[in-house]
Amino acid sequence: MSTLTAATEAAPTAPARPAYRVTGRRVLASEWAKLWSLRSTWITLGLGLLFLVAFGLIAAGRYKSGLGSGRMDRDFARSTAVSLSLFGTNFAQLALGFLGVLVTAGEYSTGMIRSTLAAVPRRLPVLWSKAAVLGLVALVIGTIGVFVAFLFGSRIVAGTPAGMDFSHAGVLRSLLGAGLYLGLVGVIGTALGSLLRSVAGGISVLVAALMLIPGLVTLLPSSWQDDISPCLPSNAGESMFALTHDATSLPPGAGLLVLLGWTALALSGAAYRLLRSDV
Amino acid sequence: MIDARQLTKRYGEKTAVDGLEFVVKPGTVTGFLGPNGAGKSTTMRMVVGLDAPTSGSVTVNGHRYGRHRAPLQEVGALLEAKSIHPGRSAYHHLRALALTHGIPRRRVEEVVDIAGLSGVARKRAGSFSLGMGQRLGIAAALLGDPQTVMLDEPVNGLDPEGVLWIRNLLTSLAEEGRTVFVSSHLMSEMALVADHLIVVGRGRLLADTTVRDLVREAGGDTVRVATQDPARLRDVLAGPGVDVTGRIGSEELQVTGLTAREIGLTAAEHGIALFELSTRQVSLEEAFMNLTRDAVEYHGSTTGTRTVESVGRLA
Repeated sequence: MSTLTAATEAAPTAPARPAYRVTGRRVLASEWAKLWSLRSTWITLGLGLLFLVAFGLIAAGRYKSGLGSGRMDRDFARSTAVSLSLFGTNFAQLALGFLGVLVTAGEYSTGMIRSTLAAVPRRLPVLWSKAAVLGLVALVIGTIGVFVAFLFGSRIVAGTPAGMDFSHAGVLRSLLGAGLYLGLVGVIGTALGSLLRSVAGGISVLVAALMLIPGLVTLLPSSWQDDISPCLPSNAGESMFALTHDATSLPPGAGLLVLLGWTALALSGAAYRLLRSDV
Repeated sequence: MIDARQLTKRYGEKTAVDGLEFVVKPGTVTGFLGPNGAGKSTTMRMVVGLDAPTSGSVTVNGHRYGRHRAPLQEVGALLEAKSIHPGRSAYHHLRALALTHGIPRRRVEEVVDIAGLSGVARKRAGSFSLGMGQRLGIAAALLGDPQTVMLDEPVNGLDPEGVLWIRNLLTSLAEEGRTVFVSSHLMSEMALVADHLIVVGRGRLLADTTVRDLVREAGGDTVRVATQDPARLRDVLAGPGVDVTGRIGSEELQVTGLTAREIGLTAAEHGIALFELSTRQVSLEEAFMNLTRDAVEYHGSTTGTRTVESVGRLA
């Protein structure tokens, strides 16, 4: 070994070995390549996009036909083109969050994590890169999805009380907010997968946090409910993309901050376990 | 160069690796031997930083593995358990690892060829046989053109042709001046490739020795002699480094330290008739079994404990 090193040092003009080096950008490139080289990525992203567009259009279609028949429940009757087009976010968030869980927990269930961490033994760059890649991809897919859904959904309900176009106040903010929310759900999924190291566990916690806990909170005394409910991840997210806000929901900016807080919390838990535990 | 100092790993109550101390030197193939559960895989995981030692340390080329700028260039490791995503093709698996270090695409194709995976590199790794999986793991280990190559049970699941390929690969890597560290629970396999041996049992170091020394320590080659006059033969054979044993009233003697030829000549010189003269070689397998049997016994009896300690000190 010492002879090899000495030889390299003595002849710097003709290095025997190329100078490889791990950098943050290279880890990012590696995670990007890993994401797209799995079939499951294409399937989940396709489903996410399909949910966004299809459910948005179905909701818009139902509103229009319901309006004609005159029989519609009051909540649905108060819908806007935005709320109808964003109907699919509930389902798309599961697909994108699921992809996030798969990206991290999938490496533990298959054993890939040993190769990954042997190549990047500092470990944290792997978590940041996975979160960044997934966040970006979910943000882009989510934003494309909601814009397409609104583009066609708003045409379906044009001329009805729900009718709106892109120039209507708050519409762009709502659509961008929905894309951002989906991106952050992807990041939270990534963090949960890394924290729990199990696909089933990560998905269970994700579904519980986004869908079950908001329902359970309604069992609390109403004074508590008013304090807790708006700060849950799903409700904070909803205030990011809802067109109108009342006393029980946060303003969009505050909603974004609360969701960022949840994301940071999940990521710190994941980082702590990644550094502390053997793999 | 791998340098372990008082390396210890505990999982709760169980001590998997117990104060291991060894150096793996470049330019030779070093075998890492021990029965299943001796702590070989745990030790190797600690070398590449996947498991953190409970106490002690292990360094590679002078630094902790995680401190290196290009870890894959320092150590290429094949770990026992599968370390791939079955849904990804062999090529994409290697390419993803290469990207973290800036290793060029050309090198990926090179190791695919070296490992003999050219025909299947684009197929999902999940469809690979055990042997193909091993070849992919070895391709990944060679990716960074590492100074140290560490393989955990590399011949597992390989066909005879694959076993031969591994043997030649290990020897040529060592000839290039690299450090080669290979674990196995099969002494016979190690005897064919390893120059140096590190033997462990129950997480403890049992021997750090060469193949030849191990055989000698285990009793060396014994010659069995049957003669008309055992008492006189014993006297004429006596000398430094010669050990003669035999039971009273028996015509048979066991001699170590002399060859059959030497014994025969001495007996002829003194006119002692011999009825039988045969060499019995202690196989490596036996030497290994003797060492590790002690390791298994050391919990059971106090004499066993002493044996292990004395072997450790010898080493």
